[in-house]
Amino acid sequence: MADLTTNSASSVVLMTRIKAGYGLIVFAIGLTLLQYAGALPTWLHRLPDAAVPPFADWLNAIFNFVKDDLGLLTLTRFLTEGLEVLLDTTANLLFGKRRWPNLGPIPWSAIAATAAVVGYYLGGWRIAALAGGTFVWTALIGQWDIAMQTMSVLVVAAPLAFAIGLGLGILAWKSPGFDAVLRPILSVLQTLPFFTYLLPAVIFFKVGPTAGAVATIVYAIPPMILMTTLGLQKVSPEIVEAGKMSGCTRWQMLRHVYIPAARTEILVGVNQVIMLCLAMVVLTAFIGMPGLGAKLLAMMGSFKIGRSFEIGVTIVLLAVTLDRMSKAWVVKLPEHFERGTSFWVRHRFLLLALAAFVGFTLIAQVVPILSEVGRKQSWSQGKEIDNLIKGFLAIEAVQAVTGSIRYVLNIWVLNPFREFLLSIPMPAFVMLIAGAAVLIAGRREAWLAAAFFGLVALTGWWDRSIITLYSVLSAVFIAILLGVPIGVIAARKEKRAKAVLLVCDTAQTFPSFIYLIPAIMLFGITATSVVMSILIFSMVPLVRYTIEGLRNVPAEMTEAAEMSGATRMQKLVNVQLPLALPTMAVGFNQAIMFAFFMVIIAAFIGTQDLGQELQRTLAGTDLGKNFVLGICVTLMALTFDMVIMKWAEEKKRRLGLG
Amino acid sequence: MDRPVISAKNVWKVFGRDPKGYLKTMPDGRSFEDIRADGYIAGVRDVSVDVARGEMLVIMGLSGSGKSTLVRCFSRLHEITSGTIEVDGEVIGDLSEKELIDLRRSKMGMVFQSFGLLPHRTVLDNIAFPLEMRGQDRHTRRARALEVIKLVGLEGREDYFPRELSGGQQQRVGIARSLAIEPDIWFLDEPFSALDPLIRRDMQDEFLRLQGILGKTIVFITHDFDEALRLADRIAIMKDGAVEQCDTPDQIVMNPATEYVARFIEDVDRARVIHAGALARAGQLGEGAPVDSRATVKQLAHQLVNDQRAIIPVTENGKAIGAMSRQDALDILLKVG
Repeated sequence: MADLTTNSASSVVLMTRIKAGYGLIVFAIGLTLLQYAGALPTWLHRLPDAAVPPFADWLNAIFNFVKDDLGLLTLTRFLTEGLEVLLDTTANLLFGKRRWPNLGPIPWSAIAATAAVVGYYLGGWRIAALAGGTFVWTALIGQWDIAMQTMSVLVVAAPLAFAIGLGLGILAWKSPGFDAVLRPILSVLQTLPFFTYLLPAVIFFKVGPTAGAVATIVYAIPPMILMTTLGLQKVSPEIVEAGKMSGCTRWQMLRHVYIPAARTEILVGVNQVIMLCLAMVVLTAFIGMPGLGAKLLAMMGSFKIGRSFEIGVTIVLLAVTLDRMSKAWVVKLPEHFERGTSFWVRHRFLLLALAAFVGFTLIAQVVPILSEVGRKQSWSQGKEIDNLIKGFLAIEAVQAVTGSIRYVLNIWVLNPFREFLLSIPMPAFVMLIAGAAVLIAGRREAWLAAAFFGLVALTGWWDRSIITLYSVLSAVFIAILLGVPIGVIAARKEKRAKAVLLVCDTAQTFPSFIYLIPAIMLFGITATSVVMSILIFSMVPLVRYTIEGLRNVPAEMTEAAEMSGATRMQKLVNVQLPLALPTMAVGFNQAIMFAFFMVIIAAFIGTQDLGQELQRTLAGTDLGKNFVLGICVTLMALTFDMVIMKWAEEKKRRLGLG
Repeated sequence: MDRPVISAKNVWKVFGRDPKGYLKTMPDGRSFEDIRADGYIAGVRDVSVDVARGEMLVIMGLSGSGKSTLVRCFSRLHEITSGTIEVDGEVIGDLSEKELIDLRRSKMGMVFQSFGLLPHRTVLDNIAFPLEMRGQDRHTRRARALEVIKLVGLEGREDYFPRELSGGQQQRVGIARSLAIEPDIWFLDEPFSALDPLIRRDMQDEFLRLQGILGKTIVFITHDFDEALRLADRIAIMKDGAVEQCDTPDQIVMNPATEYVARFIEDVDRARVIHAGALARAGQLGEGAPVDSRATVKQLAHQLVNDQRAIIPVTENGKAIGAMSRQDALDILLKVG
């Protein structure tokens, strides 16, 4: 009886939800039609400038107060000095910057050999070859110095991000109050466009490597915190009790029980920290950080596709190497040695690495090519690749294909869609979003969605926000059209699925910047390139989660469908896709998040959206404006995140997929 | 004679939003279901039980009956909601964190169902862990750990990691770790439940052998009634957080206190459980050759069938304690009544 009443109560709630949702949407359509008929007053179409509160000025006032009056700048300048010492040290060792300890640069051959030994220790000869090969390639192609400029920041930023993330993660795990405060901040940080990390870093930490390192650290911390908390929460209660019964004090519990038992999650966090650091270090090119990113930016800017391609390969190789090595570390378990194993055997890898390092350092003194590959000696084929690509693009068939893709996309899809979105009156747009949110997720999400988009409208950057959203939506839409079928086809066969997943995994480790290269290569510096780069980037999670969703459908269910005489198509439509949908939604969500990230980077190609404005702020000191623009992106991204994830969770719960 | 090692009086453990406040205002006689309807879960309901020095108390119950919760109250891994628990005359609820840690470091050992081994430490380091925590130096740690390793028969496996061992071996590590500090009180929380039936049997024998050597005060948890009968001095049968009956195996089998206990013993072969000692009536003497009080009816089957006497004397350690009726014993053997 009690169950019955709650059931009917919940269905009443659902009914009102549906009514409210459709009501909002119908009302929004009405408003839009009025606008088309020219009957809508302009102040209802767009917020008049006079009504826009000067958020940027307010924020600047706050920033200035914190910066100067509270003395934050003094503190950060102090930190800058410490950081500078670290960065100068690594810079000296890796590429011979004239600073203390004046020992470097370490010969490239020594680093490559050591990397190979470490790779062998972690994951056998495959990773050894990958690690050694990456560094050999980097040296031979003549990019050693810029690669080491990037690495010198990475090797400082990653450990610091790790330590800070671990510390905050432990605090968040210990104190639920702190966790409650931290979580929303983390989700904002994770959706904040990276340009918004860069400007504060420059203002507070001096242009150059220090600012680059700080932005990188801040950017890489959130996943470390989340993984740490997750790992600590997952430690089995029996291990905890065993620790307590062994008479551990609190500190002993943390040091000897919790952290070692959470090793796997913490190391996964390390992997993420390294990958995010690499992605961000490359992007710090936008604030003038020298290194691979800066070179790539310069080469792409002057359309030197050949060199861009080579730098892209280096970045990709570095990313894959770092990813594989840290992942191998995650699964590496301690081994025991039989009693009586000699010191030499026990420590053979350490000794081998030392020998390789010292050996090659010494040999390099005699054989200069092993120490440094000169400009003339490098094997760079930039010009040749340039010509090759230009030749390829000049082929009529290719030109016809790229030309028609561009034409169709621009004239038939992108431009009309954009004009349509821009034509919708602002209040109607907010209502549409809220209506969709109430239908898909629930009332709470709808209120928040309306509040978030309302805030975006209040900032006065409505048109640019809508253009940003338009790029994201159109790219993700095309990505779905392509990605979901690819996923479905790949999921059919075990082997194919594994291969495609491996490609996705690898592609996901590439710093986002890389995705611009093929887009620019094929479509030049045009709006199509923007959509294309977002498209490629966001297709990765879509394909991946489609495959995972389909493959995780319990075998009994597909077997039951088969025994009921379902054809392959019927099985797919009636059993597999419905059950895979919640997982696919997670992929869809990630695709949108990736798209929001990428659309900002694409500002580099020349867009008219928030990214463009953001990039412009980097040249100045207008922190307030920078922040307001960043928050616009975050608010839109968070709306999608919130609505989709809520839907996926709800759906999962109802399907009993836990 | 001695005061009990563990003495629990009216212990309650309630889970929920405000257990203490709830328990204060709760009317008497609320059942487990009533309490659940109020939004609380009663893990332990008004339990009073004593464990004597050197005794093995087995707490038996199905999953969710509160047996694990109760033992965690004894070791204060859980804070109790009301009542008192004394260990060696000290109320453990009043101990400071430091005193509690000292108590665990010196007096208590615990073995867990899924072993609770630290995956990153070798067998030796796992076993030496409690010693390391109380700050013993590496050398004495190692010496003591090797001693217990020998005791549980894991020689040669010192440098293995837990994942390299079988389940039975892992539990040997768990047992060795709990014995490393030479505890007075030994808690075992379903130590053999995660093992295969054959290995479980071996481990029970092993456990009895160890207890024969060590003579600890033991609280042993199990959901396996046969295991309980096999090992226990006394059994406490729990249901919905409360103790239904706490008595010797013989008494439980002969005189089940409640319906629930009676259902449990339905399928038990009573002849294997009941000892001559339990059947012996003091004051009666009988004639002829006596039987030993520790012999089960089953073990005496042959003699009972062939013997002509109506009353057979029973001795414990050579001293007469009474006599049992042959008919009573035969009834048990033939499952009459």
